[in-house]
Amino acid sequence: MDARLLPYLLILPVTLFLGVFFLYPFFLVAQQAFTTGAGFTLDNFRDVVSYWKFPISLKNTFLLALCVVPIQLALSLLMATMVSRMEKGRDLVLYVWTIPLGISDLAAGIIWLAIFEQSGFLNSMMTGLGLADQPVNFLSYQNPLMVFVAIMLAEIWRATAIMLVIIVAGIGLIPKEYYEAAEVFGASPWQRFLRVTLPLLRPSLQTALILRVVLAFEVFAVVAALGGTLFPVLMGEIYAYQFDLQNGGAAAALALIVLAISLAFTLIILRALRVPKGATI
Amino acid sequence: MNLKSKLAFAASGIALLCSVSAAQAEVLFWSTQARPAEEAQAMRQQVLSGFGPGVDYQPNEEGPWLTRLQAEGQAGSGSIGVLGALHGNFSAIDPETLVDLDGFDAAISSETFASLAKLGTDTMQYMPWMQASYIMAANKEALEYLPDGADIDALTYDQLIAWAANVHEAEGSPKFGFPAGPKGLKHRFFQGYLYPSYTNGVVRTFASAEAVTAWEKFRELWEHTNPASTNFAFMQEQLLSGDAWIVFDHTSRLAQAFNERPDDFVAFPAPAGPAGRGFMPVLAGVAIPETAPDKDEARALVEYMLTPEAQIATLRATSFFPVIDVDLPDDLPPAVKAAGDAVAKMSSAEDANPGLLPSGLGEKSGDFSRVYNDTFERIILAGQPIEQVLEDQKATLQRIMDETGAPCWAPDAPSEGACPVE
Repeated sequence: MDARLLPYLLILPVTLFLGVFFLYPFFLVAQQAFTTGAGFTLDNFRDVVSYWKFPISLKNTFLLALCVVPIQLALSLLMATMVSRMEKGRDLVLYVWTIPLGISDLAAGIIWLAIFEQSGFLNSMMTGLGLADQPVNFLSYQNPLMVFVAIMLAEIWRATAIMLVIIVAGIGLIPKEYYEAAEVFGASPWQRFLRVTLPLLRPSLQTALILRVVLAFEVFAVVAALGGTLFPVLMGEIYAYQFDLQNGGAAAALALIVLAISLAFTLIILRALRVPKGATI
Repeated sequence: MNLKSKLAFAASGIALLCSVSAAQAEVLFWSTQARPAEEAQAMRQQVLSGFGPGVDYQPNEEGPWLTRLQAEGQAGSGSIGVLGALHGNFSAIDPETLVDLDGFDAAISSETFASLAKLGTDTMQYMPWMQASYIMAANKEALEYLPDGADIDALTYDQLIAWAANVHEAEGSPKFGFPAGPKGLKHRFFQGYLYPSYTNGVVRTFASAEAVTAWEKFRELWEHTNPASTNFAFMQEQLLSGDAWIVFDHTSRLAQAFNERPDDFVAFPAPAGPAGRGFMPVLAGVAIPETAPDKDEARALVEYMLTPEAQIATLRATSFFPVIDVDLPDDLPPAVKAAGDAVAKMSSAEDANPGLLPSGLGEKSGDFSRVYNDTFERIILAGQPIEQVLEDQKATLQRIMDETGAPCWAPDAPSEGACPVE
């Protein structure tokens, strides 16, 4: 067989899969978003955008992504560096750290709800230690900042591992020679991290960031569990349109808006962390 | 492969096929009710096990429930045999897609229920299956704070507020609990309790002066409401944990509290306002979709669900009450007794003002409830001025009524055509 054809043949199954299960539904959704029964229309978009909760949920979604992703990036870099230095027990630590990956996001939200609830672990601990006379109400509408922090913590706990895994793999790819050379020239550990690890990690960082940012715009279950009605996000509104209001057109329109935002950020990350041709390892 | 193994292969294939078709012979009961795992299990083991041909009972969230039903309708063939859902779910479905159910022998005890089940047509579109309502429940510790002269079986909203305030003051934290979480049934409180009690209407009176008073009163009550209520869904959890001492919720969402600690809680009727004691009976029904694979068997199952034995078993399993006249046994679970008493007191009260579940809204019933939820979020949580929010939301409500053409339902005065928002 012609060797030039092989790569195309190999990606054919995936392409078919994506075509059937991603592209085709995508076109259906797009079609649904732009029709209301009487041909092409932007009514769905107008409806969705003019609803009083839209600006709030848009703001909340951005705010959450903006606060959570940088922290996760820093944390996962730190954890990955630590893991890659370990001689023994590396696998065990990695397994433990990636446990949250195996937990569904709703379950993660409920776990953190059990911590922050009025009769939850945190309150029992505080009253038990004598730090508070009465259970404190952390997740109330009077205390939006605390609700936000709780959601942030749950998201960080739940989704840092996905970046960690990618970055650990990326660090493993960096040849030892670079570090040895840097050491010979007297670079400090911090300098080595900044000048060797980070630049060579670019492709992995790119993947990790794109994945994480896109997921951050799709945050839903954790917010629903912890924030209840207090912290509307875009994904929650999509769910409400589709299932509470049975309005598939509006849900599809909102889904396209989320898709557009995700695409825009993917392009920004691709551009910001691009690896110049010929500079790959 | 030699002949022997080929034969064995074929035989196992046939066996597999047979077991698959045997599994298909079970009627698929696709329901939005009895969703919690224990209730679903009780439905399977205690209620449906008595039906000979076997039933595959599958409870679902309302969204997926409707989505699959619609998908089967669009495909023109399906596997759902029997549908179980609330009146509101059925009113969102085109009656054309349901099998007409006339000719059943079961005596539905309520004419209102029987006429609701026709969904605006001349024939029964679903059979009433079980009923419930929303009630109040309280921790017995709260009883000592009842305001002077207040009768717990005939409270007014003012007395409820005073009571919640007393508890708040004495305990140092607000102990009224309200199911205001995303899965909570708060909209039913506004539609069936607060609005009828104050305005003697739901739609017509949405932005009336009485409605302003109602929201002012609710705001007063909210000051003594546990602020974590925006996360509450099933108030039995907060009753049991002690986070709330006085609560409002659906009878079946309070059952666990009464069953686990029957001596600690009391159930009582909803409070009354100037326009009477507003309350909302809840009706669930069973129907057969036109796409059902075996309509006769499905009919048999519907018939079975309406037998006295199945009705009492359903009551035990779900805390929903029978819709036919049956003699209730004495050994019912505590939750059923407590809720049953409270519902009876509520519906037989002199000032009772029953309000029906929203009807005729079709697929807009979600939008309709959203109007009330948004009003709540804006007035109570965001602290926006009542008059302005009501004016704002009134336009949305009017648009929904105009689009669906739904006529007024009780307690609103009847209308010609779409119910007007006055």
